[in-house]
Amino acid sequence: MKLKSLAILAASAAVLATSVTVTPASAYEYMVPQLVYRTGPYAPNGIPLANGFIDYMNMLNERDGGINGVKVKVVECETAYNTKVSVECYENLKNEGDSGALVFNPHSTGVTYALIPKATSDEIPILSMGYGRTSAADGTVFPYIFNFPTTYWSQASAFIKYIGDREGGMDKLKGKKIALVYHNSAYGKEPIKTLEVLGEKYGYELMLLPVDHPGQEQKATWLQVRRGKPDWVFMWGWGVMNQVAIKEAAGIRFPMDKFIGVWWSGSENDVAPAGEAANGYLAGTMHAPGSDFAAIDAIKKYVYAKGNGAGEESRVGEVLYNRGMLEAVFTAEAINNAVNIHGTKEIRGKHVRDGLEALEMTEADFARIGLKGFMKPFKVTCEDHEGGGPVAIQQWNAKDGKWVMVSDWIEPMKDIIRTLVKEDAAAFAKENNITPRNCG
Amino acid sequence: MLYRETGLFKTSYQADQALFTLTQDRILIGLILLVAFAIVPFMVNDYWSKAILLPFLIYSLVALGLNILVGYCGQISLGTGGFMAVGAYGAYKLMTGFPDMNLILVVVLSGGIAAAVGVLFGLPSLRIKGFYLAVATLAAQFFLIWMFNKVPWFYNYEMSQITVPPREVFGVLVTGPNSEPASQYLFTLSFVVFFTWIAMNLVRGRIGRGWMSIRDRDIAAELLGIKPLQTKLSAFAVSSFYVGMGGALVFTIWLGSVEATEAFDIQQSFFVLFAIIIGGLGSILGSFLGAAFMSLMPVVLKLILVDGVGVVPVDAKHIEIILVGVLIIVFLINEPAGMARMWQIFKEKMRLWPFPY
Repeated sequence: MKLKSLAILAASAAVLATSVTVTPASAYEYMVPQLVYRTGPYAPNGIPLANGFIDYMNMLNERDGGINGVKVKVVECETAYNTKVSVECYENLKNEGDSGALVFNPHSTGVTYALIPKATSDEIPILSMGYGRTSAADGTVFPYIFNFPTTYWSQASAFIKYIGDREGGMDKLKGKKIALVYHNSAYGKEPIKTLEVLGEKYGYELMLLPVDHPGQEQKATWLQVRRGKPDWVFMWGWGVMNQVAIKEAAGIRFPMDKFIGVWWSGSENDVAPAGEAANGYLAGTMHAPGSDFAAIDAIKKYVYAKGNGAGEESRVGEVLYNRGMLEAVFTAEAINNAVNIHGTKEIRGKHVRDGLEALEMTEADFARIGLKGFMKPFKVTCEDHEGGGPVAIQQWNAKDGKWVMVSDWIEPMKDIIRTLVKEDAAAFAKENNITPRNCG
Repeated sequence: MLYRETGLFKTSYQADQALFTLTQDRILIGLILLVAFAIVPFMVNDYWSKAILLPFLIYSLVALGLNILVGYCGQISLGTGGFMAVGAYGAYKLMTGFPDMNLILVVVLSGGIAAAVGVLFGLPSLRIKGFYLAVATLAAQFFLIWMFNKVPWFYNYEMSQITVPPREVFGVLVTGPNSEPASQYLFTLSFVVFFTWIAMNLVRGRIGRGWMSIRDRDIAAELLGIKPLQTKLSAFAVSSFYVGMGGALVFTIWLGSVEATEAFDIQQSFFVLFAIIIGGLGSILGSFLGAAFMSLMPVVLKLILVDGVGVVPVDAKHIEIILVGVLIIVFLINEPAGMARMWQIFKEKMRLWPFPY
């Protein structure tokens, strides 16, 4: 008995010893942590998002030797979309490497809410690209939080403009009925206030239909849609919830071209299970779909051709893959800015914050990166962390299996949204004894 | 040899009734407390505090609470997550409603609110037993979480995510992002130690004996004159009090920002129930061992696999899911009475060591 357990112990120790990879003392690297979820009910969306990010950074390392000659080290931490695990990941990674964590991408609105105070006090910026707390767009109250190129509230207002356009004028919205099917969490509740405020202005009726985590059961929700007969359905969903909702909508024969998903509800994974029935489904987006971009060719050439791709090559260019890549693009640009501003390659999180704040993406910048026409130019300022980037609507073409842009870039209703952002940020500042900084 | 009572003479009732009658036990507990209070605070950093010590301590408190109900009184409950949420949202409302209230009082009062809610949901236990009671408490879980997400009053009409305001205790900041890990740790540790001491005395006294008699045979207990109403409801009250305080600490100290649907969902209820089953039902020590197993095992496995061996994080997660499941089964097959029983067996062996017969 004793001998046997001793033998097992020795064997396992040997296995451990041989499998430890010996890393040589390496040069200075930029450490970029990634909170990812490749497991759990949100994995279908989490995987392409994470792949896009890491592939782009690997491409930069291969092609340019990193950023400004310094390699980028992406460290993933698996969270399964769980806040408690994310907090553990955050604490584990924030001081990793020589540079420490340069910028966090939480990939979850709930986690972003949880990390905002902590990251601010640790002087590590959070890039919650198109998600997270909308009022973080007010850079005077949230100096370390960035949610450019655009936010949930801007997107909601853009949706209203879009359907106003489709109905033949904003005055035609009067008496219309809009249903919002949303993930019953801080994330899903984000657009409610905006839609209510706009409802008062334009006279449409709003129907709220919450779906509980993880969203596999939506029969009752769509029964309500059927009974309530809304003219339009908006959806704020994520993960499995999206697929189920689109299938259920098809099941009650709701016209797909009157069903608009948030940009987190508009990827290939979401529409695929419904098959042909999903044809015509609409979704918001902040960037172009597809893989006809020089940057993606570079990823294929420098990463996939060498067998280092994070996922399958056939899925490069999917909507969420492109979004993960876009995150990496902004992160890389911000690090580059930080190096230029501070004149040193050995930067920390607080320097990257300055880099993010100085981010200006022009047509020429996108062309240089290899993403010509990928999205509309925008500029981040000290006061405006949203950048005011506009939203476009894309439509699913089930026959070709492709997302197609069907609208121009829609400007959000800036005046209304900015007032709401200011109000909410001021309330947060008051509750947490924050004195808004002066951006003048 | 190391661990025996030979030569220890109790010369007074007081000595006979002490919490730890063995000198060895007293020394061991004294050492643990000394290290926990005097040495760990100087070594603790953010990671140790937020990822290891706080989860362990808080889950110990919650497991202790559930153990009182399930292990000592025999009433199965799946409403733990819901009662934790009551504590967390109670703390939030108290902190925002009365900004000057001392945080110690806030946590204790939140426990009190949870106790009241627990009694309310404990009422069905007088009529229904066993699995049926589990289903009734499951209703509490779903109802409470739904309520906290649905009624805007609970989250002050903002987003459904509640965030803790910064608060000081005796002039030291303990909540919010700028608080020191040591102060947060000491605050939580003090709560856990003090209420563990209360629980140890409760379960060996009249009230605890009443719980155990109800657990062992309720009809016999009733014939002996133990009133099921008071006994069961007091178990629900005390249990929910502990669980509620745990929930308040999760919100105020550990996470600082929670959302009812995510932080206190049904998974939490199962998590704590598994912890006490693995640790040992009806054992104070078992609550701690179980909480340590459930909260630290994933972290330790991750540290070994990802940071030690260099496995890709997602693969490590899959391995972790499998391993934790396997370990639970192995534990339960080897020792169905839990880890606390293993400790007891170990102690018995140590009495004879090194001359076993």
